[in-house]
This record gives sequence, structure tokens and C-alpha cells, in this order.
Amino acid sequence: MHFYEFEAKRILAKHGVAVPKGKLVGSAAEAASAAQELGGDVYVKAQVFGRNRGKAGGIKEASGAADAGKAAAAIIGTEICGAKVDRVLVEEKIAAETLFAINATYDAAAKRPVLVATDAGGKDLDDVNDETPERVKRRHLSLLGPVLPYRSKELAHDLGLSGSGLNRMTGVVTRLAEICRQYDLTHAEVNALALTSDGRLVALDAHMELEAEGRYRQKGIVEELGITDADTRGARAPTEWELEAIRIDEEDPRGLIGPAVDFDGDMGLVIGAGGGSITTFDAVKRLGGNPANYAALGGNPSVDKARRLTKLVLSKPKVNKICVISNVVSNTRADLVARGVIKGVLELGLDPAETITIFRVPGAWEADAAKILKKYNIDYCDRTVSISEAARRAVAKVYGE
Amino acid sequence: MAILLNEDFQFIVQGITGREAVNFTRECLEYGSKIVGGVTPGKGGRDVYGVPVFDTVREITESRRVDGSVITVPLAFAADAAIEAIDAGVKLIVIITEGITRLDAAMIVEYADYHGARVIGPNCLGVMVPNVCRFGSLGGPAVDVRKAFTPGNVGVMSRSGGMTTEICSTLTTNGLGQSTALSIGGDPVIGSTYADLMPLFEADPDTEAVVIYSEPGGSAEAELAKWVEDNNSRLPIIAFVSGRFMDDMPGMSFGHAGTVVNRKEDSPAEKIRRMGAAGIRVADQVGDIPDLVKEALKG
Amino acid sequence: MGMFISVETDDTVIRKGNGLAKRLIEVCPVNIFAAGTDANSVAVVEDNVDECTLCDLCTQASPDGVRVVKLYD
Repeated sequence: MHFYEFEAKRILAKHGVAVPKGKLVGSAAEAASAAQELGGDVYVKAQVFGRNRGKAGGIKEASGAADAGKAAAAIIGTEICGAKVDRVLVEEKIAAETLFAINATYDAAAKRPVLVATDAGGKDLDDVNDETPERVKRRHLSLLGPVLPYRSKELAHDLGLSGSGLNRMTGVVTRLAEICRQYDLTHAEVNALALTSDGRLVALDAHMELEAEGRYRQKGIVEELGITDADTRGARAPTEWELEAIRIDEEDPRGLIGPAVDFDGDMGLVIGAGGGSITTFDAVKRLGGNPANYAALGGNPSVDKARRLTKLVLSKPKVNKICVISNVVSNTRADLVARGVIKGVLELGLDPAETITIFRVPGAWEADAAKILKKYNIDYCDRTVSISEAARRAVAKVYGE
Repeated sequence: MAILLNEDFQFIVQGITGREAVNFTRECLEYGSKIVGGVTPGKGGRDVYGVPVFDTVREITESRRVDGSVITVPLAFAADAAIEAIDAGVKLIVIITEGITRLDAAMIVEYADYHGARVIGPNCLGVMVPNVCRFGSLGGPAVDVRKAFTPGNVGVMSRSGGMTTEICSTLTTNGLGQSTALSIGGDPVIGSTYADLMPLFEADPDTEAVVIYSEPGGSAEAELAKWVEDNNSRLPIIAFVSGRFMDDMPGMSFGHAGTVVNRKEDSPAEKIRRMGAAGIRVADQVGDIPDLVKEALKG
Repeated sequence: MGMFISVETDDTVIRKGNGLAKRLIEVCPVNIFAAGTDANSVAVVEDNVDECTLCDLCTQASPDGVRVVKLYD
């Protein structure tokens, strides 16, 4: 779950990292009065996720109330980085002598938290790393004790800082590392950390993301920021169809419907979990099929869960055929999936032999599954037929040879 | 020979009385694995298919040799269970539990490193040496395991548990057996990556080729490519990368927690390019893997 | 009777078994058995019958009192 810039800055301020004075507003008039209050030059910044806000016209400089109102009017209501802007942050403009960027995140190769820093801030750290790798400094951290400030100090030293600047940077970096750890963030990044002429360090911009897996134990901060449960913060807002899939999944703990994603196509997919579902989706698309959905069924689902997912997929207006394809299953049972899928189809008054284009779920209890499928005249295949061959047969049946 | 396991390998199951654990415990026993105990706090004194259940790991390690532990406890207890096993001296830990944060995963792995223990997973199904030992829940019922896994000289590593079995089954169908197959886990931070495990395969005289299953997200493939370049590996590697459809869907996650395209290196296209540059052969489809392996083995 | 599975019980046999009704309710992982008219009898929950995993725990508990039939065989 991504945090908006204003939320990330609230977290920074709470932990003693200086941020510009600013106000979150939802209209041009409010933006004007916020600029009036702040005085001087301001920035008007769209509150959307994405790293190219500035280039996309989501950040404007303004001088005075009228100008700020105009800037806000030009931003609010437009689409920036794929999202409609409904709020802007109006902030005092801070002049930087040097711009740093600091990211507290994880290094999957080292399997440790890592601090990444540069004195070429204001740009994406990955880009800096591509262009001038010598200006990117790193320090790994241990999780077997508290965050140790000397690691931050070493990093500050590597960035060429000394005197009070070094000590201030040590503090900011240490706090960032603590924030990342305390709130189960995938990364806590201040991508523009200004060193001002009077020696202050101020976070001009920030990116933070709460790991989905950590959300259950971060209720405190989520509530403090006023984020509701319905606010899933996905790449886009969930559709009604996707919400129904989540409900089906939550109402029955047996098995798991992986992320259910709504697509615009006409080929219904009831596909096996994890890697098998991704592989199947790839195969269907490569063969020219147009999937109506992604939804991975796994973790040994109950008959009822398979039944409900089948009905949900077939409820999509363009869908009248589904394919049931999975990798060789271990704990998921082919026979239980067969029972559920057939039940779902029959409950809709449809003919399983017509509706189920192919059933390819080899593995656990496949012999029983084969008997069930035979009884209902459903085209099924065993493991000697590959996932892509099964997908080819399904696509051929949906769209004609 | 194989990696990590042998005929004498004996292990425990933490969380043995759970719905899925009861299942795979029976399946492992049927396959001939040696399970010397199970742990579920508060259920000490019972047994699961003849495997004695204890309240603590230490009760078991004090009375018998424990080479490994499979952890399949509820999410909230997973980190604690892993540390308990490491503290009791267990050196190989398979974590099946799904949904562990990267903070907890990194902490477990760091703790394991300090104690000379290895972690496979989290969010994996475990390790299989065909006809020798099944350590975890790979493959399902013993009768199905025998259909999918056969002894041979191909090492398999997969970020997806299901695709581990799928790929081994495809190899088996085409007359290619496996030296060791590992489901390494679908999370962003896992204990043993491809590059971590390659030296073990490299040192195993029975392994003559390696097949990997890979997904969008993370830098594990780039790391593997670098390892291959740095170490002048004797082993041909054949890779299959799923999720090519995700190249143009930034920020969305499918299948596993680790599969998300945020940065360039996360994308299947970039992974295929990077591995190809290191001489790793990339299969377009799972069905193409056996021929590529056979070709590579011919040299 | 479900669409795929049928579970039949013999009330007279189950009544004779000491605590057998209770045991059947406990062993079934998918709650096919519920308390019957009294503590010594069971009722079959028809809604759950198709969830049967064929684990045999009920037929092991009462080989003569319970019959599980695969309707697709």
C-alpha cells in the first residue's frame, strides 16, 4: 500500500525529520488561501502515486495566492500518472544547496535491509545508479538489534559530509531506517533531501510503501493517517467483480483465490494458483486469446469455493466459455476442483460439456477427477498435454479453429 | 548424490497438527521420508500417523538427531518457530508459511546465517530428491510424486511450488530425471536464491544441467546471471520466465507476493535479456524445456 | 445425496456404538455429520456432502454404520 506524499511527510515529521511547511487542499480557492498563509513562493503538488509526477505536469511552482490558485486549478481534476487528481499539497519553496536522496529498503540478494544514498538527489535513485554509479553509496543493516547510528554516520561520511552536516545527516538516515522497520515498509525514501544554506536538512519529497503482508499489524499508523479498509491503494481502484472475488475468498478459508483481476476479454479463466496461473495466462494471450479475468485458484480449495469462482467468472457479460487449466497440483485436489466447476456450471443452467472448453488439472486425485469429467462429457487431458497445448485447444474452441 | 538431502536425512514438522501439515506428513511418510517428530504447542503427547508430537523443538533435538525442520505454522508464529528451530541446532529450515513480511524474512535469514543454518522459503513447498527423500509438501500424494519426480541429473529450482512439480513432471515425461528439485519460494526476500544454491549443484557430481522457473519481480535472475559469468559454471542452465504479459502492467501483482513489475529489472523482458547475455538458455514454453536440456547435455 | 457423493448412515448401528455419533461428528474434516434427533444419532448435512474428501475417517470409525458412495464411479 503506497502512501501519498503528504502521508509520508506526516510520518517523517512525527519522527523528527524536517519537512516544508504545507497544506493539503482540494480546490483552487483553498490552494490560494494556503499560499497566502505560507507567503512567498510555493509549490503546488498533485497527490498521486508514481515517480514521474513532475514531468507529467503534476508539480507547479507559484508565486502568491492568485498564481497558486491558478496552478491548482490546472492540476486538480486532470489525470496524472494514471490517476485523477483530487488533492494537491501546497508547500513553501525551499532553496537547496545540495540535494541528496536516501532510501531505506531491502536488498533481496543480501537479504538485509539496506540504506542507499546519493548526493545527486531529486532524480530516481535507479537512474542515478545507471548514470553515475560512483555517486551511489550503500550500507547494509542488521535486524538482530536496534538500528545502529554508526552505519548512518559511515554513509554520511561517504557522501562527503563533515561537521554538523554529518551529524544531522546521521540523524535523518537513522530515523528513515527506523521508520522503514517500524511500519513494515518495503521502502522509506526521501528522494529529495535538501541541505539548505543555513545547514538544515529538509525532506522535499518522499515515497513510502507499506507491505501488504504487514498491513494487519500496522493498524495504528493506517488509522492515524485516516486510511479506511476500503482504500486498497492498488494500481487502480478494484472493480465490483474483483471485490466479489475477495468476498468469496474471505467467506471460506479453505483454499485461496489469488489476486482476482478483471479484464475486458471474453475467455473465462479458472486457472491454478501461483506460477501455473501466470504461465497459463501467458499462453492464452500468446495464442491470441482475450482473457476476461485473472484469478488463481489454489491452496486446496473447497468444492464450494471452486463452484462460486466458476459462477463469478461466468457471470461476466462477454463470457460463455471457460477453461480450467493448472500446473500439476500437489495439495490442491483435481477431483474437488472438478466437482466445484461442474456444479457452478450446472447451477447456471449451462451444459458443462459445452461451457468447459478444457479441463487440465493433473496431479493429486486425478483419477477421480477423470471419472467425474467423463461422466459429464467434458474434454479433459492429463499431464502429457502441456499447459500451452491445453491453452491452444481452449482458445480454438472459444474462437473457432 | 544430490544436494542438501540424503537417505539418512531426518526431519521434524513444526505445526504438524494443522490441516495441510497432517496431509503432507502422511504423504512424506508414504514416500519413505524419515519424520522424527512434530511440534504443536499444547498438543504434546499426541501423534500424527505415528509421528510423536511435542510442545517444543528442544524436546526432540535433545533425544534424537534432527537434520531439518518444515515450518507450516500460522503466519503470526512463523518467525518465532523458525528461530526456535535454529536455536535448537537445526541447520536446514523449510518455511512453507505464506505472507511473512520481508522484515521478518530478512531477520530469520540473518539469524540463520549467524548460526550456520540454511533457510529455504518462505512461501515454498520444500525440497525433493526423487526416490530418496521428500522434505516438505512438494508433489502431493506419494503415487502422484512418483509420476512427477524421477531420479536423474537435472537440478530444478523454482519460485513457484506448483511449477516445480509441473517442470519435473515435464522432464520425467521426456525421460529426464532430477538430481534435486527445490521450490525456493515466491516472496521478495527468501533464504536461498538461485545464485545461493548454484555452488551446491556445481559441486554435485550427479547434476549435469539446471532448470529454473522464474517470474516477474526482483533481481534474482540478474544475480544468477552474474554468478554464472563470475564462476565459469560447468552447468548449462535452462530458464523459463512466466508473466510476460506483466511487462506492460506496472505495479500490479499476480500469483505470488514477489511478482510485481516496479523497475526495469523486474520485467520478464529484462530478465530474459540479462540471462541470455550470460549464456542461460531461455525456453519460450514449459514444453520446450526438455529439448533444450537434451541439447545442452549433448554439449 | 449430493451431486457427486452420497453418504448413507445406518441409525441402528450408530446407536449401538458407544459415543459413535459424537466421534463421527468430530472426525469429519468437512462437517458432513451433525447431531441427530438425540445424542446417539447423527444427521447427514446434505449441503456439505459434496465437500467429502474421501478421507475414510468416518468409515474407519464405523465400517458398518456409514457408507460413502462416489456417484461418478
